[in-house]
Amino acid sequence: MYFNEEFETLPRPALEAVQLKRLQATLERVYANVPFYKQTFDKAGVGPCNVNTLDDLQKLPFTTKQDMRNSYPYGLFAAPMEEIVRIHASSGTTGKPTVVGYTARDIDMWAELMARSFVSAGAHKGDIIHNAYGYGLFTGGLGAHYGAERLGASVIPMSGGNTKKQIMIMQDFGSTVLTCTPSYSLFMAEAALEDGFDFRKLKLRVGIFGAEPWSEAMRGEIEEKLNLAAIDIYGLSEIMGPGVAIECIQAKQGLHIWEDHFIPEIIDPVTGQRLAEGERGELVITTITKQGIPLIRYRTRDITSITYEPCICGRTHARITRMSGRSDDMLIIRGVNVFPSQIESILVGIEGVEPHYLLIVERQDNLDTLEVQVEVDERLFSDEIKVLQSLSRHIEKEIKDMLGVTCRVKLVEPRTIQRSEGKAQRVVDNRKL
Amino acid sequence: MKVEQISIFIENKSGRLAEITQILGEAGINIRALSLADTSDFGILRLIVDNVEKAKTVLKERGFTVNKTEVVAVEVPDSPGGLSTILQTLDAGQINVEYMYAFVERCGGNAVIIFRFDETDKAISVLKAKNFSILKGERLYEI
Repeated sequence: MYFNEEFETLPRPALEAVQLKRLQATLERVYANVPFYKQTFDKAGVGPCNVNTLDDLQKLPFTTKQDMRNSYPYGLFAAPMEEIVRIHASSGTTGKPTVVGYTARDIDMWAELMARSFVSAGAHKGDIIHNAYGYGLFTGGLGAHYGAERLGASVIPMSGGNTKKQIMIMQDFGSTVLTCTPSYSLFMAEAALEDGFDFRKLKLRVGIFGAEPWSEAMRGEIEEKLNLAAIDIYGLSEIMGPGVAIECIQAKQGLHIWEDHFIPEIIDPVTGQRLAEGERGELVITTITKQGIPLIRYRTRDITSITYEPCICGRTHARITRMSGRSDDMLIIRGVNVFPSQIESILVGIEGVEPHYLLIVERQDNLDTLEVQVEVDERLFSDEIKVLQSLSRHIEKEIKDMLGVTCRVKLVEPRTIQRSEGKAQRVVDNRKL
Repeated sequence: MKVEQISIFIENKSGRLAEITQILGEAGINIRALSLADTSDFGILRLIVDNVEKAKTVLKERGFTVNKTEVVAVEVPDSPGGLSTILQTLDAGQINVEYMYAFVERCGGNAVIIFRFDETDKAISVLKAKNFSILKGERLYEI
């Protein structure tokens, strides 16, 4: 099942021809309309006329989140304000938020890509889509909402929070598709269980989870506790919002990135050099149809790899692997690169351990220490000290064996690690560097 | 012959013990015996109470991790050598003690030792064969 069969299954030579044509048009547009691009292109000694093949994209400079902040709020817009019909912004955890503007055509394109994404996840017309992504400046809520309407499904605009009401509505309205962050889905299932309600009794068939990195192990946990197919979706507000890439329910092996609208590249985050197919590095995206704020070689900071292997679902678009963290989330502990998601996979692989954890990094006497806090629930708990101590040692050994980093596991009381209704906070880095 | 004991996971944070005893007190639950095992990070509080199910429910409602385990309560005369005879019997029967704690009965003047064994049934038969007095749960909850 496809939403736009022609474009989703376009043979690669035709797809690449579309990409090149759209890339060239986008470069002309930004060079003419956005002073930032004119300056950076000129400085790099390249112009739109130097890009004659898709490989020529590598000649162009990167765009970073800092560039967007420097142009706050509207400096990178390539369309006049009269054509901008919507403005979103990403959370400004550090400094000012990054602002994105959409023309009517951008909103239309986003709705289509999100509708494609729903179909890829196994949703269809007639589904009741319970949308628990936040509505507002954050792109999650409205992005999923417009896509659901474009698909022709019934969308319930729940937004985040108010967990008890979420559960009641899902139960009473017979929701069949859930969209929210993966950690919030587990939070809701736990909250339901506390009230004596089993989430598995809901009619939910598909869950589309994104906005934060999660692991294959966490997928298993969610599918077990919520009794649905859990699908990974990827997006970022700078590029568009949710629906940049999504898994197909047939394979659940990598997320198809809609290449007729975006050109993905994987680079070494340190050297900036492009990496080969299958190599893990930072995802860089160039938008090739956006009007409001096209971005050229935008460094997403998300770590993944790419494959162009044909997929059993029939889509010809490349697949990126599940995000294994962000290049700026990466912890370097005594010289070892550690992504929180790697620790998460290890924890969930241990019988009885919940994927709620907190990493605390300190520096004592010039030596980094990593403490992993793990909640003790009834399945793990024993009245004997030695059983709990051997559990801690087991987790420490698994982490040492898999990641090569020594840590100290601290068992904590259940529900003491903060559950998030948005992006989960997994790391506390107390090192003063 | 077995006695139900509840155990509670406690992080090493100030006020946790006070909170647990307050929750139990408000629920009208009486503590008969207790022992606290601790490490640098966490502790395990083990309790014999007069209403096991209710204690478990009220503590769980307040977010504590609670387990129920079966232990054995043995009565010994409160005199020198009392405990030693029990331990010798267990040793001869090759029974391992995981942990134990004791209290003294209010009126009878006997000591009661709570034992946690890895092989509870075997321990009971070894003790019974030597005529040790094993207290039933109901009796203990009422002390």
